[in-house]
Amino acid sequence: MNVLEQARRIDRRYKAFNHLPESLEAGAEGRLAGFSVSVKDNVCVEGMPSTAGSRVLEGYIPPFDATVVAKCRLEGAAVLGKTAQDGFGFGTFNVNTAYSVPLNPHDPERSPGGSSGGAAVVTTAAEFPHLAISESTGGSISCPASFCGVVGITPTYGRTSRWGLIDYANSLDKIGCMGKTVRDAALLLSVISGPDRYDSTVLHSPVGDYTAYADEQVEGLHVGVPREYFAEGVDQGVSDAVWRGIKRLEGKGAEISDVSLPFTRYSLSSYYIIAMAEASTNLAKFCGLRYGLHLPLEGTFDEYFSAVRSEGFGDEAKRRIILGTYARMAGYRDAYYLKALKVRTRVIEDFKRVFRGVDVLVAPTMPVVAPRFDEIADMEPIQHYMMDVLTVAPNLAGIPMASVPCGQSDGMPVGLHLMADHMGEGEVVRAAAAVEAG
Amino acid sequence: MSDAEIDRGTVRRVAEVARLNLTPEELERYERQLKVIIEAFRMLDEVDTEGVEPSYHPIEIEGTLRDDEAWRWSWSPLANSKHKEDGYFRGPRIQ
Repeated sequence: MNVLEQARRIDRRYKAFNHLPESLEAGAEGRLAGFSVSVKDNVCVEGMPSTAGSRVLEGYIPPFDATVVAKCRLEGAAVLGKTAQDGFGFGTFNVNTAYSVPLNPHDPERSPGGSSGGAAVVTTAAEFPHLAISESTGGSISCPASFCGVVGITPTYGRTSRWGLIDYANSLDKIGCMGKTVRDAALLLSVISGPDRYDSTVLHSPVGDYTAYADEQVEGLHVGVPREYFAEGVDQGVSDAVWRGIKRLEGKGAEISDVSLPFTRYSLSSYYIIAMAEASTNLAKFCGLRYGLHLPLEGTFDEYFSAVRSEGFGDEAKRRIILGTYARMAGYRDAYYLKALKVRTRVIEDFKRVFRGVDVLVAPTMPVVAPRFDEIADMEPIQHYMMDVLTVAPNLAGIPMASVPCGQSDGMPVGLHLMADHMGEGEVVRAAAAVEAG
Repeated sequence: MSDAEIDRGTVRRVAEVARLNLTPEELERYERQLKVIIEAFRMLDEVDTEGVEPSYHPIEIEGTLRDDEAWRWSWSPLANSKHKEDGYFRGPRIQ
């Protein structure tokens, strides 16, 4: 069975794709020769429908490749298709979408996590050389990687170009990678990182070969365990599995110490206010004229735009647009948006202080294993948001992180989260490879 | 933080600003859910931010402006639009 047939089979079983092409085009040589690369639906691929999981972009066919996709093609990769996600990245379980709701290959009654759910499903199920371009705003790579038992790397903010990404929140969005192994994910990161003439927010510091770090020893590595990340709300089975991973690092000569990040408990509110405020401005451009969902031209500008937006946006998008607009409105802006940005400064300072003493931090990626869809259906929006309690702080701070499988709880995979200071992708890869090697 | 309670009128007004038509059922649901979420956000009041600068970005990015050269895109901006005429977008009437 060829790669495309295998991908179709994965899609039939687990609903992982929003689009698969008729044929694949692979380059002959390069660092990704022989690999198929799947692309999260919010990252543009020339000629493939790209909806970011939302009906408001129905029928949109980008006439260009996002920079990260172009870089993969130059290295010989075949672009496999567009993977399922929560609309615009608004979700933790990949249920907030007008299109495919992907199923967890470890147990199809459970969510694969979100918002890059399809990416994690394909990474789990593929039996051919495959890498996944995914994207995180508040944890959308780490969460599904954790729930599906694969490796997900979210780089430093600005390490990878965002050109061609359908934005969620500009100061938070990072395009990153998933792979079955740390080495695979690090390979993709090495390819997609670095400057881009189309994105002035990309960092200019040199890009390394991140795979080289996977061979390095962790002897003498200073590993901090932030006590706030093992607090109430983290399942015992998850905590136990992560501690076994920490002991593995210690057994290999890493020096483990207890640290504290006291502003952790405020990061969730800070994150959601900033993310929703930025999202509400980004989503203002969808109005049914230039691309995506169109309706018959009736009524005034305001009536037409409102009709398109009301029909095209899903429930969660509407909720976030309203909350984000509210947080930016005159009279509320200082109390919510500006306050959240100041708290973000405190969260960043927290990390900077701790990283003066340790090389990496280790914590559970998610407080639970993948929940069942019937459990998710009973949850209120605020309970969905609270699931991100362990991933939002590093995302707010824009530091690099990786989720790596460290064992099981209730028969489901548990992810161990590694975080390092800005530009510390190498340290993250080094520690993740040591956990992975067992 | 603001003491103003979010009520149905506020939700309706914000939705209008955001160009969203809400059904009565949506209005009722969002009012209920937003009250809970906004209440949770108020936890930030506990943090002393006196003299703290806001972080609009997580990391300092050096100003990198490219050379001011014009180049032509290879695609048509109209390609994805269904509302176009004679090389222009066709929009709804202004009023």
